Amino acid sequence: MDAAVPRRVRRRTPPHGPSRRTVGRLPAALAPEAARLRLRRLLALAVPAAAGALLLAAAPAAADLLTPESGGSPNADSIDTLYKLILAIAVVVFVGVEGVLLWSLIKFRARKGAVAAQIHGNTRLEIGWTVGAAAILIFLIVFTFIKLPSIKNPPPTGPNGLQTASAAVYASTDQPPPPDGKGLEITVDGQQYVWRYQYPSRDNERVFAYERMVVPEDTTVILKITADDVAHSWWIPKLGGKMDAIPGYTNYTWFKARRGVYYGQCAELCGRNHANMLASVEVVSVEEYERWYDQRVRDIEEAEDEHARQRRTYDDSMPNIPDAAEGEDTGDRNRTSGQQE
Amino acid sequence: MSIVTEQPLAKRTRPRPQVVAHDVRPEPKGWTSWVTTVDHKKIGILYLYTTFLFFILGGVEALMLRLQLAVPDSNFLTPEKYNQLFTLHGTTMIFLFVIPAMAGFANYVLPLMIGARDMAFPRINAWSYWMLLFGGLVLYGSLFFNPPEAGWTSYPPLSLGEYTPQGGIDAWIIALHIVGLSSMLGAVNFVATIHNMRAPGMGWGRLPLFVWTILIYSYLIILASPALAAALGMLLIDRHFGGHFFDPTEGGSPLLWQHAFWFYSHPAVYIMVLPAFGIVSEILPVFARKPIFGYKAIAASTAGIAFLGLLVWAHHMFTVPTSTVVLAFFMLSSFVIAVPTGVKFFNWLATLWRGTIEFRVPLLWAVGLIATFLIGGISGIFLAVFPVDWQLHDTYFVVAHLHYVLFGGSVFGIFGGLYYWFPKMTGRILGERLGKLSFALTFVGFHMTFLIQHSLGMSGMPRRIYEYPEGLGWSWMNLLSTVGAFILALGVFFTLLNVVLSVKRGARAGGDPWKGNTLEWFTSSPPPENNFDVIPRVRSVEPMKDIRRQVEQQTGVQQRHQASRALAEA
Repeated sequence: MDAAVPRRVRRRTPPHGPSRRTVGRLPAALAPEAARLRLRRLLALAVPAAAGALLLAAAPAAADLLTPESGGSPNADSIDTLYKLILAIAVVVFVGVEGVLLWSLIKFRARKGAVAAQIHGNTRLEIGWTVGAAAILIFLIVFTFIKLPSIKNPPPTGPNGLQTASAAVYASTDQPPPPDGKGLEITVDGQQYVWRYQYPSRDNERVFAYERMVVPEDTTVILKITADDVAHSWWIPKLGGKMDAIPGYTNYTWFKARRGVYYGQCAELCGRNHANMLASVEVVSVEEYERWYDQRVRDIEEAEDEHARQRRTYDDSMPNIPDAAEGEDTGDRNRTSGQQE
Repeated sequence: MSIVTEQPLAKRTRPRPQVVAHDVRPEPKGWTSWVTTVDHKKIGILYLYTTFLFFILGGVEALMLRLQLAVPDSNFLTPEKYNQLFTLHGTTMIFLFVIPAMAGFANYVLPLMIGARDMAFPRINAWSYWMLLFGGLVLYGSLFFNPPEAGWTSYPPLSLGEYTPQGGIDAWIIALHIVGLSSMLGAVNFVATIHNMRAPGMGWGRLPLFVWTILIYSYLIILASPALAAALGMLLIDRHFGGHFFDPTEGGSPLLWQHAFWFYSHPAVYIMVLPAFGIVSEILPVFARKPIFGYKAIAASTAGIAFLGLLVWAHHMFTVPTSTVVLAFFMLSSFVIAVPTGVKFFNWLATLWRGTIEFRVPLLWAVGLIATFLIGGISGIFLAVFPVDWQLHDTYFVVAHLHYVLFGGSVFGIFGGLYYWFPKMTGRILGERLGKLSFALTFVGFHMTFLIQHSLGMSGMPRRIYEYPEGLGWSWMNLLSTVGAFILALGVFFTLLNVVLSVKRGARAGGDPWKGNTLEWFTSSPPPENNFDVIPRVRSVEPMKDIRRQVEQQTGVQQRHQASRALAEA
């Protein structure tokens, strides 16, 4: 039997490039058939092993490639932890299944004289792997629900955060308020192709911003997410998961961030310039935030005054026209007003 | 008919009055025979030609998308063109390639596998093919006007007239209506055929596994497609007839669309992938020379996956406003699907275990499917955990996942099926070396394209963006992915070349080139118009094995074989 094997084997061995070349260069006298075969087998094992070792060595560098973004907010960190646990189990399952597959392909390839075992099944095995798969999943479910509160429920604002902020009373079964009721609630409104942020007012002033959101550090920020036109999706990867902005619905999420600037962009196709609908969150100290806020109040008031002044000048420059709405076309007017409501 | 197999049967049945059902009319030839045909085999081939044509179109679209993304701030395509291309790519690959390609294979081999002479309703069968072609032409007709640009999911309000007034979305709606009707008619036909036209003795426990998956595929189409048809109808009404089903400014709900759409489109994943699993379950035992391990478990898991597949649609919507109870339900139901899928995998591995595996091209594709789909299945677990999905949803991670499932699953299966059944369809075997080259390039190119996309998604790249700036660390990953896509395309090209070269000049196949297990190998290649002169009684899941054994016993081949084996072992 031995004499018959090598010729078949040479053809059947998976073509590991280096092995073939090395063997080819050896003088025939130094590499009798059996030795050549052993070398080839050794290389067949060594090449994947070396690749694996290389992968392990590169693991720290590659860790960033293997996990989602985190490090900005506790919910993003919790998602990252949950993800890593699943990854660990996934790697075991992956290596196990691919290993058995590769092993069977190499070990049980057709050879002269080999006879396939005529097995039709095994009920115990069937039950075994069904239960095994289910057990892994149950473990994952349990772990998910252990981690869920830290992802879903906002923590209280920290000592360095904005202490005066209090989350407005809102009715939502999906988003619990922070435990002490304190938090900064910002309305995030998606529009083609810009994000608009509406800040809570202290005494009737209006503060809003576009694209860049400025918030105080260590403060629980509750986001109330809405959309004006089409569906969008709010996502700053380092500050936790994304939440869709759907017109007609209100969605919630939160973050409590360390100082820094965090970038993201709209994640739901919203039209041709979807790729350009950017968002960023600038997290600053409480004092800086207060200063920014007051400046923003002044800027907006100034701009509104300026706008009102320009409007007056414009109106004054126009001849006096009677109200155009008093036409005969009442049907059309009704429809227009209906659409505006 | 093969003479060898007829002899023992004739011997067994002794003299008794027999009706010889040999078709004496000349077989129709020429192009009119293709247009007017109601023969399931010709229709199957029409299906395959058409779907592969659309596959090429969808592939070219994909390459253009990848070219645009190869470098940051690329100006190769405008945002408008980019959106149109990914909409066409997704719609084409799902509705005009994978789903109908499965119908194409089923059309050709299903009646042969169950020992029937045609489908239950041959004319409806022809009709469903022509509807597919015309549906595809309606979609591609929009190329000359404004192709659709709201993605293959076409979420309102973006797809409403207010935001996308161009006619492309209307062409998309009508095309999907027609194609949906086509697959619905096809499904009804398969169900009727499988229930009523099986060979004598072929009980449910002896149905070939590919036929099982087509049965389940058909039931899924029948159960899920009406939801899509209804949603498409409502969208059309919203766009043109003053409806407000999805218009939030008039009390409509964009989420209604998402629910109806995914109620179809999630089962569609199983519609696309289960037949590919069926093809694997046919190929593995033939090339491992070993019975399929756990036939009943595989058949049952097919039904289990399909049933559960109808209960998981909202896992595509984990980021919309939803209460935790609902999120938890859809996470659990999605998890449960992993169990029957795992059962299939373990049974396939057990089928290979202790076999004598012959590395022919169909086996390579089947094994490639197992190795690749595994990654898609595992990444699916990540996505099913809804808090993790909040990070991964709508990013390139999902793009990677869905291609691992639909290319790594369905398309590898389709290519496996092509190499496996091509000899039956044409009487010629596809070139072995070109086939292996094609597989190697496709396999390497595929993983190069899509593995890195998981990382792209996790580092923050959303799907469906036409450009990205430099300095985010995405550039090299995108370039790698684009290079991979072209290697993949080269791999696919070699298979197409293989078909062109082999259809006239390939090695002659004979009736049963692979020593198959199922009845399609019990006739000549290509089969005559009436398929079989004699339909044998089926006594096991592997009727051809029984027939061969019988022949060997009566002709002494077995003894000769054993003698030669004894010589080899000595």
